[in-house]
Amino acid sequence: MIRFENVSKVYPRSTRPALSDINLEVERGEFVFVVGASGSGKSTLLRLVLKEEGVTQGTVLVAGQDVGSLPARKVPRLRREIGTVFQDFRLLPNKTVYQNVAFALQVLGRSGHAIRQVVPETLEMVGLEGKEKRLPHELSGGEQQRVAIARAFVNKPPILLCDEPTGNLDPTTSLDIVRLLDRINRTGTTIVMATHDDDIVDQLRKRVVELRNGHIIRDENKGVYGSGR
Amino acid sequence: MRIQFILSEIGIGLRRNLSIAISVMLVTMVSVYLMGIGFLAQGQVDTLKGYWYDRIQVSIFMCGKDSLDVNCDGKAVTDEQRDALRSQLDEMKPLVKNVYYESEQQAFDRFKEQYRNSPLSDYLQVGDIPQNFRVQLSDPKKYEVVVSAFEGAPGVGRVQDQQKTLDKLFKVMNVVTIGSLFLAGLMVLCSILLMATTIRQAAFSRRRETGIMKLVGASNFTIRLPFVMETVLAALTGTGLAIAGLWVTADSLLPRVSAVLQDAPLVGAHDIWFVAPWLVGFMLVVSVLTSWATLRRYLRV
Repeated sequence: MIRFENVSKVYPRSTRPALSDINLEVERGEFVFVVGASGSGKSTLLRLVLKEEGVTQGTVLVAGQDVGSLPARKVPRLRREIGTVFQDFRLLPNKTVYQNVAFALQVLGRSGHAIRQVVPETLEMVGLEGKEKRLPHELSGGEQQRVAIARAFVNKPPILLCDEPTGNLDPTTSLDIVRLLDRINRTGTTIVMATHDDDIVDQLRKRVVELRNGHIIRDENKGVYGSGR
Repeated sequence: MRIQFILSEIGIGLRRNLSIAISVMLVTMVSVYLMGIGFLAQGQVDTLKGYWYDRIQVSIFMCGKDSLDVNCDGKAVTDEQRDALRSQLDEMKPLVKNVYYESEQQAFDRFKEQYRNSPLSDYLQVGDIPQNFRVQLSDPKKYEVVVSAFEGAPGVGRVQDQQKTLDKLFKVMNVVTIGSLFLAGLMVLCSILLMATTIRQAAFSRRRETGIMKLVGASNFTIRLPFVMETVLAALTGTGLAIAGLWVTADSLLPRVSAVLQDAPLVGAHDIWFVAPWLVGFMLVVSVLTSWATLRRYLRV
């Protein structure tokens, strides 16, 4: 589903590469934790998948497409295949829960009929039924992140990228959020989650890829947080 | 893309940036108005030229009893002198197309008729305007030939060429045209810069929305369309107001000018129908190009 072949990324005006010679393959339907200290290259890895950044060297393949050679006008189509969740939720403060989720479909030109059907379903799946009319600031952090996950998933993308989705949440809430992601994973969605949260990684026992200074130093199935602790 | 969604996004955008949208509208209005005035003034010059060049005449005023012209030396023109002038004019065909003779009585009547509203006509007596030949030329530009042939001839008081008078008028009109188009150019530049600034500001204030649009894979077209539409809407509203202003100008101000110019044809409200599509088209192109170019720079994927 996602393949990195000898990928290096050097940001301009930076002395050392953010990623150097990365080889990584994520299969369809996998759940992968990407762990490592701040600045180890986790976010860069996700940004390369989204083509928010271009690679300096090597090839990134997403859903069979070579992201590096993808022309700018085809980038939106790539991003429709990928849902994204961030640490800071990124909700629209003046839109309700329902409108925030519907927005993702509206901008893709979906019909009102389809939106009225899919949005309540998705909100129910993430456990927000009955809160459709709330504004983001009326919700707890965990609930806001659920809205963000609903927005990322409402278009049923085959890939979900999560950049420290539990970074702003307390441990109990964090675990709820990751359980939700796990449930989404079981519907066949590939999930790549960058995280600092050792508790969660240790509890879920999924595949763990550890980065340090832009190198993969560990890649194990059913792994624990380990050395970065 | 759903029309309803796009419209609501445009509505939200305009409400958020109402004051700046209004300023884009007003600047556009002034620039389009000035541009329209320039075009109308030029149209007026063309209309008048067409009208007058058909009628342009060289008037050869002969000496009357009380003529003050030096050449007359206080004596009125004699019949022989008049006949000599007439045959000389006949020889100048084909440059001379037509010759009309106007007696003192006819000249008096015509003046009375043309200036019937003027208090001047009450003091005029028969003989104040001397008898004259009105000479129509096949090529109005060669008036000099006729003027030089008759100036100073016996019995001729004064040769008056209407072209000279008209040229002065046309010069004034040309200054109006060039001046208003120059100002319009400056204002168009102003409105382009203002549109660009507006879009930069709007793109910045809505970076959260556009960021999410990019993430979920909305096309560039979808992301940019509301910005472009807002600018176009503000610009076209301004253009509409300017055209309304031009209409009022042509419909109520110009008729007052026409009293001065007598029966000469004037550009009127109907001429605006020919200018308006160009103004709208121009502003449409300017606003779309400006906003698209600005968005390319400030709203990258």
